Amino acid sequence: MSTSVAEHGQGAGLSPEHGGHVLRVAGLQSEFRSRRGTVKAVRAVSLELEPGQRVGIVGESGSGKSAFALSVLGLLEPPGYVVGGEVILNGRNIAELDDRQMQTVRGKEISIVFQDPMSALNPVKTIGQQITETIRKHQPQLGKKGARAAAIELLRDVEVPAAGRRIDDYPHQYSGGMRQRVMIAIALANQPNVLIADEPTTALDVTTQAQVLTLLDRLVTERGTAVILITHNLGIVAQFCDVVYVMYAGRVVERAATADLFAHPVHPYTEALLRAVPRPDQLAQGPLPSIPGAPPNLAEVAPGCSFESRCPLGRGHKLCRTEVPVSTAAIGFGSGGATAECHFAKERVAEYLDGDATTA
Amino acid sequence: MSSTESTQAAGNGHDEPAPLLRVEGLKKDFISGGSRMLGRAGNVVHAVDDVSFSVARGETFGLVGESGCGKSTVARCILRLLEPTAGRIVFDGVDIGPLAADEMRRLRRRMQIVFQDPFGSLNPRMNVEAIVKEPLVIHRIGEQHERSNRVIETLELVGVTEQQARRKPHEFSGGQRQRIALARALILQPDLVILDEPVSALDVSIQAQVLNLLRELQERLNLTYVFIVHDLAVAEYFCDRLAVLYLGAVMELTDRERLFRAPLHPYTGALLSAVPVPDPAVEREREHVVLAGEVSDELATGGCRFKARCPIGRDRDICGEEEPALIAHESGHLAACHFPGELHWLVEPSASEES
Repeated sequence: MSTSVAEHGQGAGLSPEHGGHVLRVAGLQSEFRSRRGTVKAVRAVSLELEPGQRVGIVGESGSGKSAFALSVLGLLEPPGYVVGGEVILNGRNIAELDDRQMQTVRGKEISIVFQDPMSALNPVKTIGQQITETIRKHQPQLGKKGARAAAIELLRDVEVPAAGRRIDDYPHQYSGGMRQRVMIAIALANQPNVLIADEPTTALDVTTQAQVLTLLDRLVTERGTAVILITHNLGIVAQFCDVVYVMYAGRVVERAATADLFAHPVHPYTEALLRAVPRPDQLAQGPLPSIPGAPPNLAEVAPGCSFESRCPLGRGHKLCRTEVPVSTAAIGFGSGGATAECHFAKERVAEYLDGDATTA
Repeated sequence: MSSTESTQAAGNGHDEPAPLLRVEGLKKDFISGGSRMLGRAGNVVHAVDDVSFSVARGETFGLVGESGCGKSTVARCILRLLEPTAGRIVFDGVDIGPLAADEMRRLRRRMQIVFQDPFGSLNPRMNVEAIVKEPLVIHRIGEQHERSNRVIETLELVGVTEQQARRKPHEFSGGQRQRIALARALILQPDLVILDEPVSALDVSIQAQVLNLLRELQERLNLTYVFIVHDLAVAEYFCDRLAVLYLGAVMELTDRERLFRAPLHPYTGALLSAVPVPDPAVEREREHVVLAGEVSDELATGGCRFKARCPIGRDRDICGEEEPALIAHESGHLAACHFPGELHWLVEPSASEES
């Protein structure tokens, strides 16, 4: 077994073959401009998604995860701008498309479910009108009647009770959970290859959240839809995702298969984040290990590692203060292919390997 | 010491000193959809329906439930920010119901609240010093100089520096704003602090900071907390005893250990099962009980209020006919269910160690 640690840029897939990606994002950069300066919200983020795969993006507010999603979809609006990188969807770079061309892609090849279904739905149109609009836009051959039938079918599929009747209701007549089901129905109406779900259950109660996640799980499995799930909730990631990307200060600081990430977090931020969550299955003892300080201001990116000032390992280290860590592949444990942007990645991996060797 | 009359209303059979707070048979109705002008009566919504519990000094009592369960309404009734429809709130032996406005104002010094939204609850035009000082001004406590000193001391307590006190709320992050809101609540040196989802709007790493601070302050100042929370992991971490509310009523009430390790009510079980555990190995093994329907579903008349969604009682006659009373199934473990404990094996098969 190889226990060496190699350094290279982001881009190594978690699967051996490279051609099989339905979505490949390379070096995506976005920023928000204001009179007070430019906030570099997404700083060269790369991501790969295979057909049917579920990738989770975890991060706290301001980590750039939502800006990333909007950038991928070409939905970032001024003062936000995509300033670099490629978004290869089904083999072509959609970052180069203009608005009109993007409209033929969005909703058909890739779509999104937002956190707040009330503001994403039009309050003066019925649920049925909003679903059929989406269907007819990409499948005009269906006609009015056909689209309505398809919309009822979709509502049934997302388990809205009495779909045939409730299709003519307005959004306010639906509960929060039901509205989110409608959003999922709209997003999946044209069988996209990729679904981005941005905090899809954050506004919902926990029992409703469980319903919606179970539903989403079934739908994407049946259709073979690849999913990027953006969330701050580590429990949802553990339950739903194959691979996890951890974002901090606009960067992907760690990427790993879900089981590996939770068992062997390489980046100190990932570890701190995992430890800061009270766990429902363990009675807590003593104070929660919190992360001191707050994330950096991305209008004035300091040299070095963005986590340095909060990092239990790197705080005060010259290297961490002055040099941006490169993405380091963690080779030798778990299912392989994990990367972390940390100067201590090699040591951390070696420690885990020692630990595994002694417990084995 | 004040009144030592014992009450079974709170269901606490222990031989304990008088609780700081007793809530007895609390009811709060709202009228929805009515209109005086159109002469429409509207529907009565029982937002809080016969809720009783007591909170000991220095304890953290959790009110847990999903949106619409009535937990925030209970909190507002305790402070008499809302007038209860029925029931009694007894604070340190005093029934606050009949108190006149000025007496109530004086008592409220000792009972403070911190709200969820640190963005909406701080006046954006005032600087932090003025915000934290305001309660002293309102209650006419101390002189100018004394007040300023107390503000600085209190801010220090929550980790905000004197220099930062000149700034306005928008210059602070969510976590820091919550510290400021806490300082404003603590400056009156209250006995009871009601925390209404104090960390729900915060990021995980900041949430841990604030929870730790709340713990530390509780120990230092001997505070009693009523903690309103929908996040069960936070509830488990933070609360000594808890009540689970569903549609305005208490479904289960017990200490943390029993509630999370051996829940008796199927709603509690389902809630616990619905929370995703941040551990893929655990997640793979777990059985998830996914409830049918939603909380907002209309309350059918008669029977258990949870029956429509209940995984064990949905088809049972007694659950449809008779509302189960909240009774003690073991000492200090109350549940309102005809079949207490039945769901448990389904939820956490590995955690059901006998003690």
